[in-house]
Amino acid sequence: MTLTPNFGSDTDPAIQEFNTTTLLKNAKKQALDRNYKDFFICDVDSHHYETEALPEILQYMDDPVMRHLGLSAGNVGRAGLIPQAIGSQDMAGRVTRYAGRNKEIVPETPHRDITLTRRWMDAMGVDMACLFPTPMLLLATHPQPEVEVTMARAYNRWLCERILEEDKRIVSMVYLPMNEPHEAEKMIDEFAERKGVVGFLSTGYLKRPVHDNVNMRIFAKLEEHGKPLGFHAAYHWADSSLSQLNKFISVHALGFSFCNIIHMTNWVLNGMPERFPKLKTLWIESGLAWVPFLMQRLDNEYMMRTSDAPLLKKKPSDYMREMFYSTQPMELVDNREALEVTFKMMNAESQLLYSSDYPHWDMDLPSTIYDLPFLDEQAKRNILGGNAQKLFNLDPVMSEWKLDARQAAAV
Amino acid sequence: MPQRLLCAASDLSDTTAKIFEIDGVEIGVIRHKDQVVAYRNICPHQGGPVCEGLKMPKVCVEFDEEKRPLRQTFDGAELHFVCPWHGWEFRIETGEAVGDPKIRLSRYKVTERDEQIYVEV
Repeated sequence: MTLTPNFGSDTDPAIQEFNTTTLLKNAKKQALDRNYKDFFICDVDSHHYETEALPEILQYMDDPVMRHLGLSAGNVGRAGLIPQAIGSQDMAGRVTRYAGRNKEIVPETPHRDITLTRRWMDAMGVDMACLFPTPMLLLATHPQPEVEVTMARAYNRWLCERILEEDKRIVSMVYLPMNEPHEAEKMIDEFAERKGVVGFLSTGYLKRPVHDNVNMRIFAKLEEHGKPLGFHAAYHWADSSLSQLNKFISVHALGFSFCNIIHMTNWVLNGMPERFPKLKTLWIESGLAWVPFLMQRLDNEYMMRTSDAPLLKKKPSDYMREMFYSTQPMELVDNREALEVTFKMMNAESQLLYSSDYPHWDMDLPSTIYDLPFLDEQAKRNILGGNAQKLFNLDPVMSEWKLDARQAAAV
Repeated sequence: MPQRLLCAASDLSDTTAKIFEIDGVEIGVIRHKDQVVAYRNICPHQGGPVCEGLKMPKVCVEFDEEKRPLRQTFDGAELHFVCPWHGWEFRIETGEAVGDPKIRLSRYKVTERDEQIYVEV
């Protein structure tokens, strides 16, 4: 039997001496060509691989038995605490940064995750980034709710102390364990006022619907603190409605959108915007095409059965238009008019926020927004940073290279 | 179009592209099927360094007589550049995107003579 050549081997020059700045040198050129030095750019959805820092994170864990489990058994311990996702994001080695990422050399200080984050931010022209975990996006699927809570608290503490305290360009919406509402309430009290915490994050797979009565105190508390709630979609291949799909891109394309569609439908039709009018929500990572689809679908049903949703004072699409959305991944459309209509339907100029999703496989550069011919300059500024600044009440911190470039241009 | 000397023919590899910069433009050059091809090192999708990606064969599916898949295979006769940013694939022979041949890499004419490689820019 002839063995298949290892086309994506670690010996390929493409992934030797991996460095984020080198990989993204074309992104930096885009940033310079487009004069991003004059734009505040905030990325509302980016990631790190928090499991690489698991031994550090576990030092912040309250439960000594669980901490011992994580520290004592290597990858076995990791698997016991954080669910593993099935699916090949690196496409069998074709997306080379996955193979190269953990080999990247960084200085001893600051924290490795800060250096890596700064490298991609500076290359893309991003000034501030909202940083999220990666494997922990599936933490809500853990069958032991106490593991979700304990792991989330340890991660949030580690993130605040080791990352957010150290770099004012990095912020986060910290993990909210919605499956245990009383613990979620405590989490809000512990973290709402921490430096760099701009909101709270619900990940995709919940054991109860978002409108469940046990969640009402969570929403009231978030409203009191003035902190937005982000829904970061996730796919779960074991979901009964997705389990017939046999390709990674099938479950990725549908799973993310499906996740947001379900939570949004429950959120709107159960009148959550009427019950918590000051609570702002951000719908993260499903592209944009699902938004006009759901607006039309829900409006159509609502007009025929208005009595099914008695709390609503206007059409579902009107509520949806007042919510906030992240961009990524911007769908590649052959028909540019479809994208333009999508932007109009969702009031993108004030409701859309740029996101990169870097370093994930389907990441978007700021040019996905900047290069759109139907946006005027103010709309571009809003989407790339202004809308995030308002939503999160951010004090903008510009990247050093942009400040230097501005100073050089002024001389 | 003026020709520019790139390198000695013996410097080229047939496994990974060599990247040259001419007047601020990066060009990826690779030996492929006894020819030398050159493309701009910019992916038409989002601008990734496409020629620096892996050189991978086309993936095919083999069926049985009832059109049931037997296995996936690599077709070594068709090789692709895989953009390291997003995985977009381009036929090295033509520069066409595998998913939509209307989208293609910018190609440069290459001449090999006297054991030297020249590109027209």
